[in-house]
Amino acid sequence: MSDRLDVRKTYKLYIAGAFPRSESGRSYPVSGAGDTVLAHAAQASRKDVRDAVSAARKAFGGWSGATAYNRAQVLYRVAEMMEGRREQFIAEVLAGDGGTRDAAATVVDAAIDRWVWYAGWADKYAQIAGGANPVAGPYFNFSVPEPSGVVGIVAPQQDSLLGLISVIAPALTTGNTVVVLAATDRPLAAITLSEVLATADLPGGVVNVLTGYVAELAPWLASHRDVNCLDLTGVAAADRVPLAVAAADSVKRVHSPGERAGIGLDEPGLARLAAFVEIKTVWHPLGV
Amino acid sequence: MPDMKVFEYAPAPESRDIARLKPTYGVFVDGQFRPGRGEPVKSINPATEEALAEIQEADASDVNDAVSAARRAYDSGWSKLAGTQRAKYLYRIARVIQERSRELAVLETLDNGKPIRESRDVDVPTAAAHFFDYAGWADKLAYAGFGPNPHPVGVAAQVIPWNFPLLMAAWKIAPALAAGNTVVLKPAETTPLTAMTLAEIIAECELPPGVVNILPGGPSVGQSLVDHPGVDKIAFTGSTAVGKQIQKSVAASGKRLSLELGGKAANIVFDDAPLDQAVEGIVNGIFFNQGHVCCAGSRLLVQESIADVFISALKDRLQTLRLGDPMDKNTDIGAINSAAQLGRIRVLADAGEAEGGQRWSPDCPLPERGFWFPPTIFTDVGPASRIAREEIFGPVLSVLTFRTPQEAVDKANNTPYGLSAGIWTDKGSRILWMANKLRAGVVWANTFNRFDPTSPFGGYTESGFGREGGRHGLEAYLDV
Repeated sequence: MSDRLDVRKTYKLYIAGAFPRSESGRSYPVSGAGDTVLAHAAQASRKDVRDAVSAARKAFGGWSGATAYNRAQVLYRVAEMMEGRREQFIAEVLAGDGGTRDAAATVVDAAIDRWVWYAGWADKYAQIAGGANPVAGPYFNFSVPEPSGVVGIVAPQQDSLLGLISVIAPALTTGNTVVVLAATDRPLAAITLSEVLATADLPGGVVNVLTGYVAELAPWLASHRDVNCLDLTGVAAADRVPLAVAAADSVKRVHSPGERAGIGLDEPGLARLAAFVEIKTVWHPLGV
Repeated sequence: MPDMKVFEYAPAPESRDIARLKPTYGVFVDGQFRPGRGEPVKSINPATEEALAEIQEADASDVNDAVSAARRAYDSGWSKLAGTQRAKYLYRIARVIQERSRELAVLETLDNGKPIRESRDVDVPTAAAHFFDYAGWADKLAYAGFGPNPHPVGVAAQVIPWNFPLLMAAWKIAPALAAGNTVVLKPAETTPLTAMTLAEIIAECELPPGVVNILPGGPSVGQSLVDHPGVDKIAFTGSTAVGKQIQKSVAASGKRLSLELGGKAANIVFDDAPLDQAVEGIVNGIFFNQGHVCCAGSRLLVQESIADVFISALKDRLQTLRLGDPMDKNTDIGAINSAAQLGRIRVLADAGEAEGGQRWSPDCPLPERGFWFPPTIFTDVGPASRIAREEIFGPVLSVLTFRTPQEAVDKANNTPYGLSAGIWTDKGSRILWMANKLRAGVVWANTFNRFDPTSPFGGYTESGFGREGGRHGLEAYLDV
């Protein structure tokens, strides 16, 4: 029997490709399914939200300007990196969400496969959502979907990994950058996922992950004027109104899904891809 | 060319009798025309300030009646009617608009103040085209790319502005009906007349009662309509300030929302642009419809190396614009739609001067009666000044300069709006590069202010969300 002590992980935030502690210096205990304290997660602050938004804005030009093929490969690379850590994610989901090992394995496999599914959409969605428009005049006219910008997301609270991936992957597929508030009580898988993202050629700032209290952080995300879209999937219906009201001050695109949220084991459909794109239409005269 | 001899135009006025004006107009609810229960107001001709008709406006109880009628019509048949049948109703409407196009154009010009040339050549034919185009979608929704069995949303509340009264009604009603929804539409308070004639046309086409309801009224009627619990979807075109209010009032309520709001479009001219065409494009971009256009090219960004030559050519062209009687077929610039709008334009133009902009207008006498503002150019405009940032919704162009394409993109995108943009250059790769970088829903290259029912229209960021026109325009009215 080895008497070697294991090396435990410090769970921090993921902002601009780095893993800082909260600037506030705060942390909070995260307990697992059996009430044991699993770790002390960083408790992000308003300032961390602002840092994350500014990192996402800075990363937007590069990520939205990358070729769709390139984005597809990066998202597929995330799946590759997760596959290599499959056992670790199963253990993490089991510790955080509880349930059986088989159930945790099903969720992790679905989470990995979701990256593969969305990766494939990256260079196809524009052909589905765009096209040439037969206008009644001597013009060439076409429409293309473009990313809306910085998407603020409240991740599902009950599902620490598949739910999280189901909300960030579609936003990334179409070229948006993301600030996501991880599930308050189950944030650890989100930070382990961040380690995967950091090594999957995803440029720093494209995804920023904040752990902490959603009730404290979401209002700052909702009212931030440099956030273009707000995804309220992880907010209970009764609590969505004030956030959606704050979002209206800068005419944010608010995604407030009902039952068909595209976050479960079923194939998600296109709603999440369509939620955070803008259709751009370009006209040019014909002539010689 | 001011010293050149110019041939004078003979007057070529349209006849006001063609509009078949009625003394009073009420509401159209559940297939019936009746007086609204709100305060009656006069709709006036902004070019003469004469009263055209009395409008017996709606009140909150009329909103109630209209929403109930729309719900009954939705439940009792329209949403279940075969698409082929809905299509035929819409084709009928398109055809009658075409048949009555001259009447509608004259009525629009009387009520709105826009030149008859524009209502005749743009507003009315494009309105007919929208009905004709969406008619064909009604029985093809399963092929529109929103799944094999798309459903309508329900009762659509639609609130439209005064700048293209009939055309905006068509943009709203045609896709809603094609997708199987029923409608309660509120036209703008200053321009209800063509919407009420459209109601007549809808009745004449024998649409089932309640499928379309039209309620003339002011902002309080709009608010009652938007807030009504019986409404499933709201479509609004108008100012960003009101759009934000509406977004707040329906926040997380489950009501669907699409917004088409303000703009501050950059119209960008490079040194290799065909200058005469670019001048025409800039003039069309900002002076079309007196600048009462949400996608108006109200910021000219001209490359520094040609700025002097270009501005001089632009001023020469403005000298030849004919401002005056909107009913005259030779008029280029008509009346400002209302005293209130004229006041807003004056305030912003005065702020432009106060902030150091150089104001210029051609020598252009204004009629003594009515609401008028001369075509105006501001040069030496700072990028932070109000006339460079705020939507003016009038015939006022702010001129800024740039040196490099990247600087043009940065300046064009430096606005909370993102509705449209224009690019003038002979270089194809630059057009596509610019079109890619500009954060705007419509990009016109070597053209401006083109509209078509097949072409999606709508904004980025604070210019709103959702698209109108084409296949994309169906999405706002389908439960997908």
